[in-house]
Amino acid sequence: MLLSIAALVVVVPILVVIATIVVRGLAAISWEFLFGMPRDGMKAGGIFPAIVGTILLVLGTAVAAIPIGVGGAIYLSEYARDNAFTRSIRLAIVNLAGIPSVVYGLFGLGMFVLFLRFGTSILAGALTLAIMTLPIVISTSEEALLSVPTEFRTVSASLGGTRWQGISRIVLPQALPGIITGVILGLLRAAGETAPILFTVAAFYLPRLPRSVFDQTMALPYHLYVISTQVPGMPLSIQYGTALVLLVLVLSLNLTATLIRSYYRRRRQW
Amino acid sequence: MNQSQRKGLSEFFLESLVRIAGFSTVGFVILIFLYLLQQGVPAFVRVSPANLFGKSWYPTLNSFGTLPLILGSILVTLTAMIIAVPLGVATAVFVREIAPNWAREILKPMIEVLAGIPSVLLGFFGMLLLSPVIYRLGAPTGLTAFTGALLLAYMSLPTIISVAEDALDAVPKSYRDAGLAMGATQWQTVWRVVVPAARSGIITAIMLGLGRAIGETMAVMMVTGNAARMPLTPNSLFSPARTMTATIAAEMGEVARGSTHYHVLFGIAIILFVLTFLINLTAAQSLFQKRRKGGLR
Amino acid sequence: MGKVRNWLAFGLSGLGLVALLAGCGSNPPPAASGAKSAQAAGPVQTIQNKGSDTLVNLALAWAERYMQLHPDVRISVTGGGSGTGIAGLINGTLDIANASRALTKEEIAAAKANGITPVEHSVARDAIAVVVNPGNPVQGLTLQQISDIYTGKITNWREVGGEDRPIVRLSRESNSGTYTYFLENVVRQGKKSNLVFSPDTLLMPSSQGISSEIAMNRNAIGYDGLGYVTPDQKTLGVAKAAGSPYVQPLVETVNDGTYPVSRPLFMYTAGEPTGQIKDYISWLISDGQKIVRDLGFVPLQ
Repeated sequence: MLLSIAALVVVVPILVVIATIVVRGLAAISWEFLFGMPRDGMKAGGIFPAIVGTILLVLGTAVAAIPIGVGGAIYLSEYARDNAFTRSIRLAIVNLAGIPSVVYGLFGLGMFVLFLRFGTSILAGALTLAIMTLPIVISTSEEALLSVPTEFRTVSASLGGTRWQGISRIVLPQALPGIITGVILGLLRAAGETAPILFTVAAFYLPRLPRSVFDQTMALPYHLYVISTQVPGMPLSIQYGTALVLLVLVLSLNLTATLIRSYYRRRRQW
Repeated sequence: MNQSQRKGLSEFFLESLVRIAGFSTVGFVILIFLYLLQQGVPAFVRVSPANLFGKSWYPTLNSFGTLPLILGSILVTLTAMIIAVPLGVATAVFVREIAPNWAREILKPMIEVLAGIPSVLLGFFGMLLLSPVIYRLGAPTGLTAFTGALLLAYMSLPTIISVAEDALDAVPKSYRDAGLAMGATQWQTVWRVVVPAARSGIITAIMLGLGRAIGETMAVMMVTGNAARMPLTPNSLFSPARTMTATIAAEMGEVARGSTHYHVLFGIAIILFVLTFLINLTAAQSLFQKRRKGGLR
Repeated sequence: MGKVRNWLAFGLSGLGLVALLAGCGSNPPPAASGAKSAQAAGPVQTIQNKGSDTLVNLALAWAERYMQLHPDVRISVTGGGSGTGIAGLINGTLDIANASRALTKEEIAAAKANGITPVEHSVARDAIAVVVNPGNPVQGLTLQQISDIYTGKITNWREVGGEDRPIVRLSRESNSGTYTYFLENVVRQGKKSNLVFSPDTLLMPSSQGISSEIAMNRNAIGYDGLGYVTPDQKTLGVAKAAGSPYVQPLVETVNDGTYPVSRPLFMYTAGEPTGQIKDYISWLISDGQKIVRDLGFVPLQ
């Protein structure tokens, strides 16, 4: 059937990409590769600093984006009325979602690295990524909150609970799986982005772990870009190996989000 | 203060907190725009419009013609849309209307996987494996606008597919039932009743995909060859090109703060911001028609 | 009431943002992000070394070797192009700027305006090789021919004695010192002119991009430092003029001056270097020269 061809054309290349990276990258994976420091101009040794850097950036993004994102979602679903102000927020969210990643990088450079004088640092990078992740977190969290049936809130109110008690004790816990799914999807985007961290945090060669949030760090997506385009004589196996690590990171976050979502969908009480 | 007064105060406090969180999004958009303006406007002041909108981009030699970059972005993006829109809409229709359940269970996660693949990963794949193929197919080099467009198409597909799917989802079941009841086949019902009914949502999907494509940076930077040429002839598709996003990413690290080149790069960022803002504004209008379930109102 | 509260929240978040910015802005920049004073001999400091992509592998090798010999010193090496390094020097955000070209008058003025007097150190020399795919039958080109190819005057290999194939021109990005050097000394042949690279020229993010495209593409021509020529590329002999001998880029031909396209490589510091930075630079222009040849560059004489 014609349409199934379309679906195949979409899906098959995905499988090809994943399979190629897995097949060619597996050879490079070893204990040393994952936990060792880069040696010999990064042509040998491991990518541990890049892995650690990405993890730290993701954590920082989470810390910054979750409170604002979930808070904003709570406002939109529980308090906001349908007026011009609310529409402006929704418009802002759609726009934040559409801003090119390199523009975020520029903004991060100007605002966090230069103006606030954080320097190229994990702090600057995480804050930049957090603003970028905000729309995803807000949208998915709002959806999760809205999917909790009205009855839950009305019952809570009828039992004498305040609005906030209803939200914090009843609605939020029910929406939590959806919120967590959304947060993970947002974080996986943050983990893979290169442009926002290009000017705000990424280091080309820094063979030690970062010591504070004001430190520079290597990061997986930037590292992949650098070793595949900037370092002559870089063995292909290391390039594919790094690509594989990034792929595995992203896919496992994806898998976790999907599992959480389907598990709680089945257990839902409504 | 008695207990109910305290409760009222903390209620107000918490409500204000989340309200601020909500409005911070507006704050950020305004802040980003203002910052871009502040850093980009000097470009329009220092560089003559003839230079700025000229055909030659040699920033280290004070020639800041952005036309090749703008046209390069347009060429790559438009080609990507030509590839992605039919594919995406067809896939959405297939998944939502026609596919058997087992197929749906496989397809939907796969599309989500595609959505999660980072730009740099796709660019890496494109650089090492796709561009040699394009070269062997006869192009002078594999680093072309077309190669970039192909990658871009795949990056926009998840957006197009999921929003289109939502649009198809929103078409009431009664439409489909009515079509079938009148004797139409499933195929006819889908294409003549459901899809037209979902038309505005599908257009939204296309706009959002377009916005995503224009803003893509790493994948195009790695495969389009980054040559700032004017893509005016038909064979420009299989020639190298340079997009606005790749230009900013490639050159920003070098510029001295406050130099004319620096401001021009911000000027290009303003163009990008305005473009995506307009596209998203249009898409947002239709997005807000989506009716919501639940909530307390 | 709702409207008032909304405006209030609007205003509050705006004020909050401004307060945050104002408050943070007055904090002194933390030590890790700025250029460090080299005098502190106590706690481990990182020497920030940034700039030329041509130099980056050599700088990396030097840094690695030096850190082996002196475990108490940390050196961080980044590329980004000569322009990036020089910009960093002018902004005061790094200690040593690597450059494959000399500072321009404007850059020196900008540095002085920031209170920085750049000091130039010649650290190695480099030949710019012109490379093609090994399957390309062409063996040598004159400087004029190379210039004409890169300005777009010559578009097909058969015009220079090769096969009937379109010429795909590869170059470094415009922020590269190698790009600037090639433009001035090969495209413009050392004369003041308005010649520029043809807009069709592919600007590759770095030498690696040039290498992999050359290795794969029989139509391609590229240029880069000798240290970046991999075995799967072929170097062309370069002749100063029609009738002159074609000279291959080698350490010997750079040293005896017969190869027409060679240049010094620099490291710049803010003022005369002191402390750890001084020790590092002194080392690399003396003992460090031993590894220069291994990386394909030409040691100082």
